[in-house]
Amino acid sequence: MSTPTVALDLKQRTPLRPARVLLHVFLVVTSLAWLGPLLWAVFAALRPYSETSTKGYVSWPDKLSFDNFTNAFKQSDMMHYFGNTLLIAVPAVLLTLLLSSMVAFYVSRFDFRLNVFLLLVFTAGNLLPQQVIITPLYRMYLLINLPGITVSGKLYDSALGLVLIHVAFQSGFCAFVLSNYMRMLPHELTEAALVDGASAWRMYWQIVLPLCKPAMAALATLLSIWIYNDFFWAIVLISTGENMPITSALNNLSGQYFTDPNLVAAGALLTAIPTLIVYFVLQRQFVSGLTLGANKG
Amino acid sequence: MTTDTTTKTPEAAAVPPPGAASRTARARQGHRRLLTRRDRFTLALMAGVPTVLHVALVWVTALASIALAFTSWDGIGFSSIKWVGLDNFQQLFNDNPQFWPAVQHNIIWFVVLILIPTPLGLFLAVQLDKKIRFSRVYQTAFFLPVVMSLAVTGFVWQLIYNPDTGLINSLIGANKPGHYIDWIGDPHLNLWAVLVAASWRHTGYMMILYLAGLKGVDPSLREASSLDGANEWQTFKNVIFPTLRPTNTVVLVVTIIEALRAFDLVFVFNKGAQGTELLSILITNNIIGESSRIGYGSAIAVVLLVISLAVIIPYLVATFRKERRA
Repeated sequence: MSTPTVALDLKQRTPLRPARVLLHVFLVVTSLAWLGPLLWAVFAALRPYSETSTKGYVSWPDKLSFDNFTNAFKQSDMMHYFGNTLLIAVPAVLLTLLLSSMVAFYVSRFDFRLNVFLLLVFTAGNLLPQQVIITPLYRMYLLINLPGITVSGKLYDSALGLVLIHVAFQSGFCAFVLSNYMRMLPHELTEAALVDGASAWRMYWQIVLPLCKPAMAALATLLSIWIYNDFFWAIVLISTGENMPITSALNNLSGQYFTDPNLVAAGALLTAIPTLIVYFVLQRQFVSGLTLGANKG
Repeated sequence: MTTDTTTKTPEAAAVPPPGAASRTARARQGHRRLLTRRDRFTLALMAGVPTVLHVALVWVTALASIALAFTSWDGIGFSSIKWVGLDNFQQLFNDNPQFWPAVQHNIIWFVVLILIPTPLGLFLAVQLDKKIRFSRVYQTAFFLPVVMSLAVTGFVWQLIYNPDTGLINSLIGANKPGHYIDWIGDPHLNLWAVLVAASWRHTGYMMILYLAGLKGVDPSLREASSLDGANEWQTFKNVIFPTLRPTNTVVLVVTIIEALRAFDLVFVFNKGAQGTELLSILITNNIIGESSRIGYGSAIAVVLLVISLAVIIPYLVATFRKERRA
């Protein structure tokens, strides 16, 4: 019995050095290659257009500055578009979490036979390509009149319209994840509360929801990045350039400045910054959200 | 989704511990008996409001796509909706010069993603799973493209592919008249150029999914295999890979869905001009383009819907069945 353990110990203590070094070399080279396109964009964005147009892009830089970044930010009024995104993403994330946790609470605690069917409908809907539903959705948004509620007077071309479709689309995935999470909570918890006469709402709000914080945090991180990164819904469902969220507005901005790739690079990188910050700060949440329980298999 | 854009999988979600099922069922019975009328009303609202919203915006519209595919409609008033039977499909299959190329491109998209970035992601995951130093740093580098929006990815890669100012042509001197390589405009090249960018992103995504899968592999399996004298490749092939089956299913479904959803990159790149047509692009052009042919656009959507459901439904049914057994 002792032989295997010895063999194992030896193996752990003497790692194959040259192999490890080789692996590190490989990984360093590949990760640099992976970062290459981004680094190239940063390099281009830091150089003035006048210089690159005379010397070419593959050349030693004479001058590096943040001018393109400040210009892109000011000239295209990026603050305004970041504001638009905030106006869409914050309510969308909160509403998605609220609604999907309510559905999850219902299907995980009260089996009304609909349980599996309901979850199936939600998750299947979430996996559909968005283009499958866009034609009727676009028509529906044009037909729904909301005078006084949205600036456009319709669901079309309004932040509300985007919030609703984000919530409807994303709640499928969240409901599935949260319902699985809630089912792992001991049933005695809510049973005791029920016997004590707590209402269904109180069980949800004061007992179950606080216990779901880790899953909610992971989902909130994921949702924020997804909704921030959304391009398609806004391209189709928003007509006024002014109302576009930042990611979709980028498309118009680039059209405006197509003659200056350095400026476009700076603009694109500025757009990516908020997602990168969220990712670096909440990396754990993001990854655990993506793979929530995948290791269980 | 991404939206989405990023595809998510239900299987990548927590599964309840085995044995909890029977207890759960009893508990649910108990729960139900104790409910007051008001509670029932609250619960109906809690389940009903999100369901109505989801069904109205996702499933009713999906069904409407099917219905509209058999009509012609100019979008002005409901009275102009005319039943045309299979006309839209006939035109689509026989007369549309963009349709079959689009189908072909969607298939190529899937084949490339599953053959190149997916195995690469798996390979990277296996390497990074070796308790290696700086693992997090490497992971971040590979995963960064997944976090950024596809729109930004499109712009970043344009800086590389631009025929006049891009990195590649500047490096190989192909930006002068005479030996000009148009990575974005040339219909023989642009799909492959876009697919490089798509693969750049897909690799990191697959790596993360496989890393999570590998964490679930019982370490004693690996030990046993190496004690039996298996080398690293044999251990991987005979022991690790077979136990990754659930992850492989997720990866397959995710990749198919990504291939069907592909849109943003191409739209930013060249709006789906000749060479990069995709089903999603054709549908969208039918809405925001000059000629809005609702029935026709819906017919393309139905093709996309049928393909998607053919993948989604068997997958979900299998997932839910497995979960019930658990």
